[in-house]
Amino acid sequence: MVGFSLALAAVAAALAMAAGAALPMRARVLWVGVLTALSAAAGGAAAVAVLAGSGTFTANYPNLFPLGGVRLEFDALSAIFVLATAVVAVPASIYGIGYSAHGPASRPVQIAFPLLVWSVMMVPAAGNVTGLIAFWELMALSSLVVVLAEHHHNTEARTAAQWYAAMTHLSLLAIVLALIVLARQAGGDSFADIRLGVHQVGPISAGVVFLLTLVGFGAKAGVVPFHVWLPRAHPEAPSHASALMSGAMVKLGVYGLVRVGWDLLGGGPVWWGAVVVVVGLVSAMFGILHALIASDLKRLLAYSTTENIGLIFIGVGAAGMFASSGNRTLAAVALAAAMLHVVNHAAFKGLLFLGAGSILSATGTRDLDRLGGLARRMPVTAATFAVGSLAIAALPPLNGFVSEWLLLQSLVHSLPSSAAVVAVAMPVAVAVVALTGGLAAATFVKAFGTAFLAMPRTAEADQAHESPRTMQIGLVALSGVCIALALAPTVFAAPLQRVALAVGGLADGRPIHTNGVYLQLSGIQAGLSPLLLAVGLMVMIVAALAVVRRGRVRRTIRDIPAWGCGRTVQTARMEYTATSFAEPLQRVFDDVLHPEIDIDVDHRTESRHYVQAIRYRMHIRDGFEHRLYLPLLAAVRRWGDRARAVQNGSIHRYLAYSLVTLIVVLVVSR
Amino acid sequence: MSATGIAVAMLQVVLTIAAAPLLVGMMRLVRARLEGRVGAPIRQPWRDLRKLLRKERMVSANTGWVFSIAPLVLLASAALVAGIVPFLSTRSALDQVGDLFAVVYLLLLGTVFLSLAGLDAGTAFGGMGASREMTIAAIAEPTVLVAIFALSVSTGSSNLGAIVAATLAHPSTAASPESLLAFAALAVVTIAETGRIPVDNPATHLELTMIHEAMILEYSGPDLAMVELAAHLRLVVFLGLLANLFVPWGIATTVQPLHLAAAAAAVAIKLVALAATIAAIEVFIAKVRLFRVPELLAASFVLAFLAVTASFFLA
Repeated sequence: MVGFSLALAAVAAALAMAAGAALPMRARVLWVGVLTALSAAAGGAAAVAVLAGSGTFTANYPNLFPLGGVRLEFDALSAIFVLATAVVAVPASIYGIGYSAHGPASRPVQIAFPLLVWSVMMVPAAGNVTGLIAFWELMALSSLVVVLAEHHHNTEARTAAQWYAAMTHLSLLAIVLALIVLARQAGGDSFADIRLGVHQVGPISAGVVFLLTLVGFGAKAGVVPFHVWLPRAHPEAPSHASALMSGAMVKLGVYGLVRVGWDLLGGGPVWWGAVVVVVGLVSAMFGILHALIASDLKRLLAYSTTENIGLIFIGVGAAGMFASSGNRTLAAVALAAAMLHVVNHAAFKGLLFLGAGSILSATGTRDLDRLGGLARRMPVTAATFAVGSLAIAALPPLNGFVSEWLLLQSLVHSLPSSAAVVAVAMPVAVAVVALTGGLAAATFVKAFGTAFLAMPRTAEADQAHESPRTMQIGLVALSGVCIALALAPTVFAAPLQRVALAVGGLADGRPIHTNGVYLQLSGIQAGLSPLLLAVGLMVMIVAALAVVRRGRVRRTIRDIPAWGCGRTVQTARMEYTATSFAEPLQRVFDDVLHPEIDIDVDHRTESRHYVQAIRYRMHIRDGFEHRLYLPLLAAVRRWGDRARAVQNGSIHRYLAYSLVTLIVVLVVSR
Repeated sequence: MSATGIAVAMLQVVLTIAAAPLLVGMMRLVRARLEGRVGAPIRQPWRDLRKLLRKERMVSANTGWVFSIAPLVLLASAALVAGIVPFLSTRSALDQVGDLFAVVYLLLLGTVFLSLAGLDAGTAFGGMGASREMTIAAIAEPTVLVAIFALSVSTGSSNLGAIVAATLAHPSTAASPESLLAFAALAVVTIAETGRIPVDNPATHLELTMIHEAMILEYSGPDLAMVELAAHLRLVVFLGLLANLFVPWGIATTVQPLHLAAAAAAVAIKLVALAATIAAIEVFIAKVRLFRVPELLAASFVLAFLAVTASFFLA
């Protein structure tokens, strides 16, 4: 069953690529969408089968490449990531049919997209070092093509692609180094051999491998300080591809970290987990602060991805800390929280990126300050974006709340019997999770409120219209997934136990118990029922409506102009914009964000007491990009200029170089 | 989930809804008397609500469905929380449905919808109120959750019934440093979240200083009644949390009618005492500038953080 599904996924992806290469434009977009959705659905079916308990699927293709084969090993840990991919890839592919018709329909993009979907599903399925690296690189290259989709009329896309290419290959370099060291010391290329031989790896080598893994996979996951490519690449890619990249591809960084750090290496000392927690805390805070002040909707979503990956890292790192200090039951709960958040985030972030794509194709802008009033013009997009916003703000009764609750429970119940380092780290972690939760709520009130509510701020927003049917199907499907995940997280009880068992170095036991509709945790006396919370809310709403309806004498609704404090003219220029909405919080976090503010005041020539115009400019730079990467790039450029002296065009000097090289080679190889 | 548990939960919801406007009326009366005014009778908020329910519903032409459902969601979330918080008995059926974290996030759900409604009208004041409300809500969040952390360390659970039961079983924990620190932290947050002086002035008529009132400027008639009732309910919920989490005595651990009646009397006394104290303090202090509020909340966060560290290192 699993093997058949995986084969079907591969065949469908190959057919989709063929369709993308061969068919004329209109048919191309349709068939690529349908076949990619089929491929992702087949992968999702394999994942569901494994999570439901069909056992690990393995396959071996020893002669696939000249120097090494590919092994597939599809266990529960792989499956949860493939499931997250399928959750976002199926609706995104269908959405892409309508979206690409007016935009990125070119052959390279239509070939790269199915390849990207398939390789994202195959990375977790790889069962040896060669396979992992091969699929990883396939994923990196196909996503790079997708980022470049609109390069001919958008120079930003080129810069974004350069940053992305550099970061993704930095990541590859670190991963290859780590895995080569690991495979060599453990004496085997396949994951099974590495697990058997991992005791031969010394503690120092293990630490080095772990740190390299953290750098390599962290760069892909977009954690601070490797996040710089996310807010550039996600906005420039076509929206259904952004959804896939942000919802699924960056999660593979988490997968790699868990797979190598706690499965293959079998876990390590407490500081491993502590480092991951610290990276997660910094990423969560940094990401949400920049999302809060961003007025480019897709940039906002990209920064919010950094935040959510930060939360997942906190869960994984906390699990590592608990496991190292001997509390493996609690580790299982923390891991379950992280894994559930992987799936939840795929659903709501995919949904939000698709919504952003609908806004972009309807209005031609991603700038929240130029939108407004879209709820009336695009009702389906508005309703589904609202679901995604509530979910990502971790509000009950939606799915973001469930995983955030699990995470908080695992952090809060660590204290009674633990080391001092845990006791200091956990309150800080809870505070950061809480603050990011609050700021996320503010961020998405801003995003939804300024894009969809009140009056349109520009003519483009005024003339917006609802997107084509296929795009609406994608949006509605993903919001359905969000709601389903919210109401029935209890179905994940048994699968999450299988995931915990698959990660040998981390956890054992069953993290989540269910007692009907209640969610209960092992070792923690706490309960939650998202379903009953939703039912309770609905009951209260119905009761309130009944009481209010009965009491109302006159049932008419009178439309009146909004009250303008005595002013009779109400224009959209008086509305709060996204920038002004975030201003108080931006002021509170002034010391972290360092905004650069310019105010120019022009006076009338007659008298300087009369102001003619005021110009206000505010710019907030990404601190890491500004202070870390730009100086680094400048240094590289300087060294490059100096190295140019070696190559001055003189043929005599080149002959001398050849001679010296020859002598060195002879000496070395003697 | 037993039938009696559901009955207790419904009883709590009905009683808190009935009592909330009266408590607000009492606070206004205390304040009026201390300022040398006669003041309106205690049942005046109920009269206002009844009047509003009979009025015509006037809606700004700019608004959409968010504006219409926001009062419902706000009121429903506050009412649901009123069923979860142990006002009368630890045996409420909703106790296992949601814990303290769920309570906090349910209240945040109401705040989010009200802020969206503030933005929906498209006026400068609505946006201003929404922006300020979300600012305060976001900064208050760490204090609340870390205070919950402190409470759940000593009891091993974040469920309200378990915390109350643990304090009843070990009365000395009520006077422990972590408990007192957490109480102080939550008290500050209560002031901020319910829009009392010095963070917000519920009686203000000057739009530029408004937070809560600015968001609801566009509401009228039955919608305004729902928003007002929800605000009253949220005040009672926060005060009830303060009262019964830290001083739980009098609460029923069974579902016998006699015990429930005694618990209702006990919680009424506690609420009146807390509310009167707040009203009396409000007479003597002024509202602080908006950008001083984060400092106040930061101080409360320090208290909450100390509570957690105390619970770990003094245990």
